[in-house]
Amino acid sequence: MIFVVCVTTFEDVTVIATESLSKRFPRVTALDRLSVDVGPGVTGLVGANGAGKSTLIKILLGLSPASEGRAEVLGLDVASKGAAIRERVGYMPEHDCLPPDVSATEFVVHMARMSGLPPTAARERTADTLRHVGLYEERYRPIGGYSTGMKQRVKLAQALVHDPQLVFLDEPTNGLDPVGRDEMLGLIRRIHTDFGISVLVTSHLLGELERTCDHVVVVDGGKLLRSSSTTDFTQTTTTLAIEVTDTDARPDGTLAVREALRARGVEVLDANSALPGAGHVLLLTAQGEETYDVVRDAVAELGLGLVRMEQRRHHISEVFTDSDAENDQQRKEAVGHGS
Amino acid sequence: MAVEHPVTAATGDQTRIHNIGYRSYDGPRLGRAYARRSLYSQSLRGAYGLGRSVKSKVLPMLLFVVMCVPAAIMVAVAVATKAKELPVDYTRYAIIMQAVISLYVASQAPQSVSRDLRFKTVPLYFSRPIETADYVRAKFAALASALFVLTAAPLLVLYVGALLAKLDFADQTEGFGQGLVSVALLSLLFAGIGLVIASVTPRRGFGIAAVIAVLTISYGAVSTLQAIAEAQNSTGSIPWIGLFSPVTLIDGVQSAFLGASSAFPGGAGPSDGQGVVYVLVLLGLIAAGYGLLIRRYRKVGL
Repeated sequence: MIFVVCVTTFEDVTVIATESLSKRFPRVTALDRLSVDVGPGVTGLVGANGAGKSTLIKILLGLSPASEGRAEVLGLDVASKGAAIRERVGYMPEHDCLPPDVSATEFVVHMARMSGLPPTAARERTADTLRHVGLYEERYRPIGGYSTGMKQRVKLAQALVHDPQLVFLDEPTNGLDPVGRDEMLGLIRRIHTDFGISVLVTSHLLGELERTCDHVVVVDGGKLLRSSSTTDFTQTTTTLAIEVTDTDARPDGTLAVREALRARGVEVLDANSALPGAGHVLLLTAQGEETYDVVRDAVAELGLGLVRMEQRRHHISEVFTDSDAENDQQRKEAVGHGS
Repeated sequence: MAVEHPVTAATGDQTRIHNIGYRSYDGPRLGRAYARRSLYSQSLRGAYGLGRSVKSKVLPMLLFVVMCVPAAIMVAVAVATKAKELPVDYTRYAIIMQAVISLYVASQAPQSVSRDLRFKTVPLYFSRPIETADYVRAKFAALASALFVLTAAPLLVLYVGALLAKLDFADQTEGFGQGLVSVALLSLLFAGIGLVIASVTPRRGFGIAAVIAVLTISYGAVSTLQAIAEAQNSTGSIPWIGLFSPVTLIDGVQSAFLGASSAFPGGAGPSDGQGVVYVLVLLGLIAAGYGLLIRRYRKVGL
C-alpha cells in the first residue's frame, strides 16, 4: 500500500509543538527525542500503556521538567510559562478524581474558582458546562451515587468549565460500556466542532480514534512512530462499494457494470476475496470526486438501478499493520511533515 | 436524495432553536491569589462542615459548643457570686480544654487534606494555575483559622462576661489580649502538626488516630516525666522536659512571656532564658510543619 502524506488544510496555527523532547527517569526513558507538531482540532495520542502518553501530558502542563528538548503549548514555553499554560488548558485525568460526598455542581463550581473564575461566572459556567456534557437533574446529587459514565462526564466538565483553548483528555473512554464509549467519543468530537476547543485525547485503542480525531500521533516506547491526519490514512485509500439491480435486459447487472467501468478505465477490485458472501458488491478504488460521476454515468447508461454506493473506510489499525514494512520510511516522512 | 435534503435541514433548524449552544467565556480570570483565597475560604468553611453534608457538621459544631459551655458557666458563676476575678486565667483556658482541641484537630485535619489525597483530587488543583505552595498555604491558614475560632470564641465569652460582671477593664483586656496571642500560636502549631500527619495518609481513620496519638501520648509522656522529676527533686529539668509536647510547649511560652501561671508540676515554669528556647522551638516547629507539607506535595504532584 502506498501512502501519500499530504499537507493538511489546517490553519497555520500550532497548538502543541515539541522538539526532540526527552524525559529520562533513573531506570526508564519515558520519552525519547519526540518531535511533533499538533494543529487545532481533535488529535489522538495513541500508544500502549507505558508508551509515554501521561508523561508527555505532564510535561505539556508544565508540571514536570523535560530532561532535554523543548515544548510549546499555545505558543508558550512549558519550562517558563507553566502557570499561563495551565490557565488556558483543561486536564481530565485517567484515574478517578472526584470526592463522593459533594454534588457535581458544588465540585465543578469549586474547580472553576480554582481556575480563577469569579463566583458568579463560576456558577453560570458550571450550569452551562454540566448541561453540555449531558448532566441534568442529577447534578445536585452527591457524586458517590453516579454511574461510571456520569462520573466521566463530571471529570470532563471540570476540564471544560473555564473555557480553555485546549483540553488534555487522558483515556476518557476507560471503563465505559460500548454505548457510553460512543457517547463520550461524540462528546469529544463536539468539544471541537461546537465549542471550538482543541483536544488532545489519549487512548490505547486505535479504532476509537478513527471516528473522533482529525490527526493521530502514535508513540511507542517514548518514540514517535507516526504523526499524520486521519483523512490521510483513510481518504487516500477510499474504497467504494457499489451494488446494482439486475434487469431483464441485463440479468447480471454486476458483471455489466464491471465491464462498463473497465471500459472507462476504472479498475474494479476482486470483491469476492475481500468480502465473502457479498458477490453482488463491487469494490473499486476512488481516485477522486470524478470516480463517483463515472460510476453514476455507467450505471445510468446500462439502465440499471443503483442500490448503493458507499465509502468503505479502512481502519487505522489496518493501516498501521500494513505499513509495518515501510515504517522507517513513514517515520521520516511523518517527522518531515510534522515540522 | 433530493427529497431528503429539505427534511434534514428543517430538523437541523429546529434543534438549533432549542439549543442555545456553547457560550465561550471572555470575562476576567483572577489568577493564583484569587484561587488561593477561594481554597482558603472553602477549607475554612469545610472545617465547620459548612457547604458539606449535615453529618459532617455534627462533630465540629458539637466540639465548638463543648469549648464554649464551660466558659459560659464560669461567667455565670462570676456574675452571680460577684467574684473579684474569673475562676480561670484567659491563658489557662486552652490548656484545660486541650482534649477538645486535640479531638478537633484530629477530626478536621484529615478531612481537609486526606480527602484530596484519597480521592486523587490533588492533580486537578495542580493542573490549574495554583502551585504547591498556594495549596499548602491555603490549607494551613484555613485549619489554623478554624482552630483560632474554636479557641478564641470561649475567651471572648469570658471577656464579655468579665466586663458584664464589672471586673477591672484594663486588667481583663490585658489578660484577654495575652490569651489571644497564646491561642493564635497554639492554632498555628496544632494545625501544622495535624496537617503534616494527615497529609502522609490517604486513610482518614488512620489520620485521626495518628493525630490523637501524637498529641495525647506526647502530653502524657511529658507530664509523667515532669512528675517523676519533681518527685526526685530535680525541678531544674522540668522546663526542659516541657519542650517535648505541643501543649506544654505553649504553656511554657505563655508562662515565660504572656503572664500566665505555669501548669507544670510545682508551677516551675521556664525562666526567661529557657523561654527564648521555647519560642524558638515553637516557631521552628511551625516552620518545619510548613516545610514538610511543601515537600510532601511536591512529590504528590500529578
